[in-house]
Amino acid sequence: MTTTENASTPAPEIGRDRRRKEDRRLITGRTRWTDNQALTGLLHIAIVRSPFAHATIKGIDTSTAKQVPGVVAVYTAADIGADQVQLPCAWPITKDMKAPQRPALAGSRVNFAGEGVAVVVARSAAIAKDAAEQVEVDYEELEPVLDMEEAIKDGATLVHPEIGTNENAQWVFDSGEAGSGGSVAEALQKAESADDQIVVRRRFRQQRLVPVFMEPRSTVVDPNAEQLTMWSSTQVPHILKTMLALTLGLPEHKIRVIAPDVGGGFGGKIAVAPEEVVTLLVAQKTGKPVKWTETRSESLLTAHHGRDQIQDLTMSVTKDGQITGLDVKLLADMGAYLGLVGPGVPILGAFMFNAIYKIPAYRFDCTNVFTTKTLTDAYRGAGRPEATFGIERMMDEVALELGMEPMEFRQKNWIKHEEFPYTTVSTLTYDTGNYEAATEQALQMFDYDGLRREQQERRQRGDVKQLGIGISTFTEMCGLAPSRVLGSLDYGAGGWETASIRMQPTGKAEVVVGVSPHGQGHETAFSQIVADQLGVPFEDVEILHGDTQSSYKGLDTYGSRSLAVGGIAVVKAAEKVIEKAKPIAAHMLEASEGDLEFSGGKFTVKGTDKGVGIQDIALAVFAAHDYPEGIEPDIDAHATFDPENFSFPHGTHLCAVEVDTETGFVQLYKYVCVDDVGNVINPLIVEGQVHGGLAQGIAQALFEEAAYDDQGTLLSGTLVDYTLPTAADLISFDTANTTTASTTNPLGVKGVGEAGTIASTPAVVNSVLDAIRHLGVSDIDMPTTPYRVWTAIQSASGHAGRADEADVASPGAGLGSTASDISKGDTQGGHL
Amino acid sequence: MIPAQFDYVRPTTVDEAVQALRDGGDDAKLLAGGQSLLPVLRLRMADPSLIIDLGGIPELKGVREEGDKVVVGAMTSHYDVTRDETLRQHVALISEATKTVADPQVRHRGTLGGALAHADPAGDLAAPALALDAEFVIAGQNGTRTVAAADFFEDYFTTAIGEGELLTEIRFPKYTGWGARYEKFNRVAQAWSIVAVAATVKVDGGTISEARIGLTNMAGTPVRARSVESALVGQSATEENVRKAAQAAAEGTSPTADADAGSDYREHLARVLTGRAVLAAAG
Repeated sequence: MTTTENASTPAPEIGRDRRRKEDRRLITGRTRWTDNQALTGLLHIAIVRSPFAHATIKGIDTSTAKQVPGVVAVYTAADIGADQVQLPCAWPITKDMKAPQRPALAGSRVNFAGEGVAVVVARSAAIAKDAAEQVEVDYEELEPVLDMEEAIKDGATLVHPEIGTNENAQWVFDSGEAGSGGSVAEALQKAESADDQIVVRRRFRQQRLVPVFMEPRSTVVDPNAEQLTMWSSTQVPHILKTMLALTLGLPEHKIRVIAPDVGGGFGGKIAVAPEEVVTLLVAQKTGKPVKWTETRSESLLTAHHGRDQIQDLTMSVTKDGQITGLDVKLLADMGAYLGLVGPGVPILGAFMFNAIYKIPAYRFDCTNVFTTKTLTDAYRGAGRPEATFGIERMMDEVALELGMEPMEFRQKNWIKHEEFPYTTVSTLTYDTGNYEAATEQALQMFDYDGLRREQQERRQRGDVKQLGIGISTFTEMCGLAPSRVLGSLDYGAGGWETASIRMQPTGKAEVVVGVSPHGQGHETAFSQIVADQLGVPFEDVEILHGDTQSSYKGLDTYGSRSLAVGGIAVVKAAEKVIEKAKPIAAHMLEASEGDLEFSGGKFTVKGTDKGVGIQDIALAVFAAHDYPEGIEPDIDAHATFDPENFSFPHGTHLCAVEVDTETGFVQLYKYVCVDDVGNVINPLIVEGQVHGGLAQGIAQALFEEAAYDDQGTLLSGTLVDYTLPTAADLISFDTANTTTASTTNPLGVKGVGEAGTIASTPAVVNSVLDAIRHLGVSDIDMPTTPYRVWTAIQSASGHAGRADEADVASPGAGLGSTASDISKGDTQGGHL
Repeated sequence: MIPAQFDYVRPTTVDEAVQALRDGGDDAKLLAGGQSLLPVLRLRMADPSLIIDLGGIPELKGVREEGDKVVVGAMTSHYDVTRDETLRQHVALISEATKTVADPQVRHRGTLGGALAHADPAGDLAAPALALDAEFVIAGQNGTRTVAAADFFEDYFTTAIGEGELLTEIRFPKYTGWGARYEKFNRVAQAWSIVAVAATVKVDGGTISEARIGLTNMAGTPVRARSVESALVGQSATEENVRKAAQAAAEGTSPTADADAGSDYREHLARVLTGRAVLAAAG
């Protein structure tokens, strides 16, 4: 490299705070969402849904609805074969997993409130909705199945009598059996009898959540072209296309799926939705293009939910703070059916309960349970927030039992930076990380010692507003996923990703990616990568995605995989472009390939000023007037990248809250997180992902819950009841990054899309409990609403609230050791 | 937003609106800011045959002084209420309470009269109106009549506005120089109040000489905390005195129980928030 070359090399794009190039069209409404698709002759559908959680369908009278002017047809499930469809579950987690048939519309029985039973086809959406109210369905109610523990008892009412059980599957990992560690049974037994160890048991509840994406789901199907075309607001156009072919017996090459701009997903649009299939069946039946767009209430009721676990954790630890064993027993609510990856979601947690800690013996035992509720499937973090919550709550609980500062207990057990790469007890190999560095920076930004002092001062003066501090030192596995690992977990597909680069005659680069953005900023980040790889201007790169006709191969977007897997495919494609261009450059420069070097978008002959740019080569192969013998006049390239490992972002999150002990209100006071997501392509996008992730994780801790009544009716069926926080409920977050580059991909990147959500929930709950533990409170179920916090304080201080109205964790629901203290009246009482 | 089908008229005078109401009969609904009606239509919990949009009637908008009263047109938006200098000076409590209503978008669309006529027990403006002894001017076929706040709120979502009538004005006595505070308690910023307390007090030389307190969501209608009011009068505005007086805040209330709060919790909140509201109002 000469100095002249350096001067002409543009500043690298990677690492630049680029404003997102897609935002102009998204923010100004100049894009076209699925619901904006307007085709000639378009028909609209409305789905008639069951108000009952569990009922036999005795009959459906569509005659009145059919009379409504503008109605084209009213179909029951049988009319369009929707009852015979088996919607796919791509993750049979065990060989003997029980999977009920999941129809597109219920034929003879509904299994959750909101399940579709008929569909009205009309000339406008309004007419369809009017007529849907005229469809009369005769139901005979069955007993709902709502409680997981009750559901797996002998003699329980069965959601699906035909499969003979409410248990979907049991999935077990035992480090003793796997050879990756000792036997937990032995470790716990030893600890029980040892004088220098304690055993701590806790039960935690993961409430049910809804992945509330901004754009409701929508699907348009045009059956009239040679290919059947489906537009859908989905995260997974490629998977959807293949699954439609497999599920409906359609030839795959006759299906085109388009995910245009998609307004958020958070996992909620990883699906082959019954409504997508119904829209398709109606389009086929009528021979007309058909549109379905859901209302917000329909979305909250029927789009899949997330989380919903009962977690029983047992940890053994030496009295000086070394963990000796961890046993995890889960019940996971599948809801009424299995979603696309639903049964596998809790299993992802199997690899994450051991988190950043060196745990010599570990067992994970998860039972998936059917209930008559909306099905659960992936929601931002999928399995990993549940695990992180469990272990990080447990670390606080055990530290408390040991009388040890919670951060010190974590430090004693985490993997030291010099120990990487480190193979964990759950068999994953963490490539890099530096928990000390992230923690040190976070503690400093947070002024941990200062806040602890302030906490003490408030305690001493009996302040109405008590301060609490919560910690979450987390890691997660993302960048889904190495195909071989997925194979070993019986997942139905691989985890590779593709990218193609098409060099246009004018030197512009069209980059076709298999990942499918729905708000992440792929177009910007990938343009930055390509600009650096090919040495072309950022503005000269166009990212194409989401249309299976242009992007013919891909595995779409979830699990923080777009950069760590899809981005690497882009790099590999760019390397191939350069490789293909090299002999042509050598020919044009009349030099030998061995004398060429590529930098800043240009091939140069070493030691001379002779050179030719990649964009000029693109024009040269377009003309193709003069190129070497024996090669094709083309520098376009396609690459598939299959990661060798997951990526393991980590970080330290510290939360301080003020709890108003008079009202129970929890106010965020300070939030600091230092995340290590490896090398950063675009710091602005990373910060945005962290902020959004934090909001959703904090929301689980404080605000959101999909609650059902005792009849199986969803109580939080509107956004008035499902209390999503807004900016007004949050505070300004202090975020920062440490960087230990991943060694398993050429960019050194790790995923960031889910990190904030995974990490933040336990930090917040730990802080709430830390604020009021001295009043005798030991646990509060999420979300820690003011009512629950107040009731917990009242109960702890002996002024029990009305138990029939309060819904806090009660001893029967698995409080830890302090629960018995409360019942004995052995509490410190509050100074209110 | 796909409501059932309805007819729509947009009168330009109160007389036209009254006429439209008469023509529309039982099935007509008045549309003010739409912040409550539109969700109800969207969820198809109501399917009126006629919507009478009051947005085109200039005489229903604006704030004016009339002797010892400040008069607010029923269709004055929340945003305009919060901005109005006359209200801030003479009826500070309504300004304070209105600032807490939902979010800026809602405050630009929603109206004072619409919120009061809707009479949601968790709505934020009824308790201040009650505490302030507002008067409600109601127009009908036989002209107008005026109803005192104490008689206006009858039950959940039910007011003294009769069939064929509409609310045209809210008249507030002046509370010039009084301190005011609306202490609102909710789960998230945009949510309805679990409980809220509207307090306005007159303090002379550190002593509370007059007090008005209204409670939100402690019954089907807003409730005056009269025992607290009388207990406060003549007291110096110390924390101890105020909190002691506030202990009577839940008297005469009948709060509901739901997932956000049991009735005992609401009663407790009423006491705590009344103390806080009065202390803040007494400044």
